[in-house]
Amino acid sequence: MIEVDNVTKRYGSTTVVDSVSLTIAKGGMTAIVGPNGAGKSTLCSMIGRLIPMDEGSIKVDRFDVTATKGERLARRISILSQENHVTARLSVEDLVLLGRYPYTHGRTTVEDREHLEATIDFMELGPLRHRFLDQLSGGQRQRAFVAMVLCQDTDYILLDEPLNSLDMKHAVAMMKLLRRVCDEQQKTIVYVVHDVNIASWYSDRVVALRDGRIVHDGNPSSFMQPEVMESIFEVDVVIREVKGKPFAVYYG
Amino acid sequence: MAVSLPVSRLANALPRTMAWTPLVRLAVLILLLAIATVAFMTLESRGNWDFVLPFRGRKLAALVVVGCAVAISTVSFQTITSNRLLTPAIMGLDSLYMFVQALSVFFLGSATMIMIDPRVRFLIEILIMASFAGALFWWLFIRSRFDLHMILLVGVVFGILFRSLTGFVMRMIDPAEYIFLQDIFFASFGAVDRTLLGISAVLVTAGGLVVWRVQDRLDALLLGRPMAIGLGIDYQRTIALLFGVVVVMIAVSTALVGPITFMGLIVSFLAYGLAGSWKHRYVLPASCIIACLLLIGGQTILERVFSYNTTLSIVIEFAGGIVFLILLFRGKYT
Ligand SMILES: Nc1ncnc2c1ncn2[C@@H]1O[C@H](COP(=O)(O)OP(=O)(O)O)[C@@H](O)[C@H]1O
Ligand SMILES: [Mg+2]
Repeated sequence: MIEVDNVTKRYGSTTVVDSVSLTIAKGGMTAIVGPNGAGKSTLCSMIGRLIPMDEGSIKVDRFDVTATKGERLARRISILSQENHVTARLSVEDLVLLGRYPYTHGRTTVEDREHLEATIDFMELGPLRHRFLDQLSGGQRQRAFVAMVLCQDTDYILLDEPLNSLDMKHAVAMMKLLRRVCDEQQKTIVYVVHDVNIASWYSDRVVALRDGRIVHDGNPSSFMQPEVMESIFEVDVVIREVKGKPFAVYYG
Repeated sequence: MAVSLPVSRLANALPRTMAWTPLVRLAVLILLLAIATVAFMTLESRGNWDFVLPFRGRKLAALVVVGCAVAISTVSFQTITSNRLLTPAIMGLDSLYMFVQALSVFFLGSATMIMIDPRVRFLIEILIMASFAGALFWWLFIRSRFDLHMILLVGVVFGILFRSLTGFVMRMIDPAEYIFLQDIFFASFGAVDRTLLGISAVLVTAGGLVVWRVQDRLDALLLGRPMAIGLGIDYQRTIALLFGVVVVMIAVSTALVGPITFMGLIVSFLAYGLAGSWKHRYVLPASCIIACLLLIGGQTILERVFSYNTTLSIVIEFAGGIVFLILLFRGKYT
């Protein structure tokens, strides 16, 4: 269980995350949506202990993220932040294998190799495995980063915009894959996404942030209401049923 | 990311009959270093072994200490700043050391300075330097979110600031002390300060062991701050530790041979290209060997073959400057 308790984050005099409380039970996929600058990345980064909070506390399986040793947390929760750049010239395989760092500190074991193979297969990165990261397209690199996080094999997985620069095919493939990871391996996935239809289609729960506060929290059908979405995103939305699920049209 | 390209292409062009694993590459580098060392010790000795061996031996030891200090400090520094274009010297750390020196001559006078045990003085200077560098570090890396341009800018500004302050102090002291300082400040691999050799060797060995112990963490740091933390690295502590080692290493190399700005850049550039791996367990030793090879081989060629005396530092700085410009113009240094 992830427990976010009254967390506030300020930069100077601007409050970026404003007394947010949120409990995410074990299992299932939770989407975090909201306009640009709503504080989604900031919230994720605080849960993943990448940045400190000004007030409140966050616990993962009862371990306080600010007080627990980094290594212990790294075996429970993994995080992929929105922007990543790597100094070294790593191959895809090197990168994915680094996901095993919390367990073996770079001394690769047979078990690490098994995890590597399984993840490469799962993410369909076989043809790219020996390529260097700087030889990949943005979308391919994004898949490699997600693969690294999956190879870390933690119960909780935080992904800040995992669909960043993925084309239609790979975005859908990524979502199906995350759904499978969640269902078959009983992982808890929290991810930030911009496409509201993806959020509602693949998630069990949708949390909406605006101006640093939670403005909606519920199952996809409660989220896919014109008035709810208009109040969050300030666009006119029409909801239609497609393949038996609500689908939002907000173009034009 | 692509910085190592041309060199690794060079390495790939080597004979393919042999598996160029990182260990084989290290072995080849060690072999080259051994050849250079033998040449350095024996060429032009004219049978004067009793004199030549201990004399050159001490010089050799000094070159090895400086080479390792430059190599380890640059590789660590580049990893913690996620940048292949920076060296601690570009950050102005060596001019800081010189400023501390100039200040102590100014306040104590060279006569008093000479009376204090140079090793004690050295340790005190390192301490002063570390406190300042610590404050700078805290400000750059912890308080603000550091970005490359900020770091480069601050480094350049501090470098200039300390160099001009040093110049200012030097203008106010009397000529004898001026010469005393100038002696310290002029980069020369030919005339190494030997009084500090023992303590420098101890410091570099200790620093090297510290870095070696955390080399797996350095590998993870290559992924950048967020991913390193995600993998469980205690980021702040690791960075602070490494930064401390870097400061000590810079003090050592500046004290022994004077300021050298660009050598670290060539060394890390070659090490990443030739080690055949990005892992610090290969890159660190490769960088040390390459640095020693440059210094010892360069010194042998210039001094024994061409009979020039002070030009090695100029040659190395010149080549390093060119590498710096190439990297800068290619723009792919992060
Ligand atoms: N380091 C920072 N310093 C100042 N303001 C920041 C910083 N990081 C983020 N912000 C601000 O905080 C707000 C929320 O940012 P973020 O969490 O990245 O939004 P998003 O929901 O788009 O991911 C934005 O207005 C952004 O400008
Ligand atoms: Mg964001």
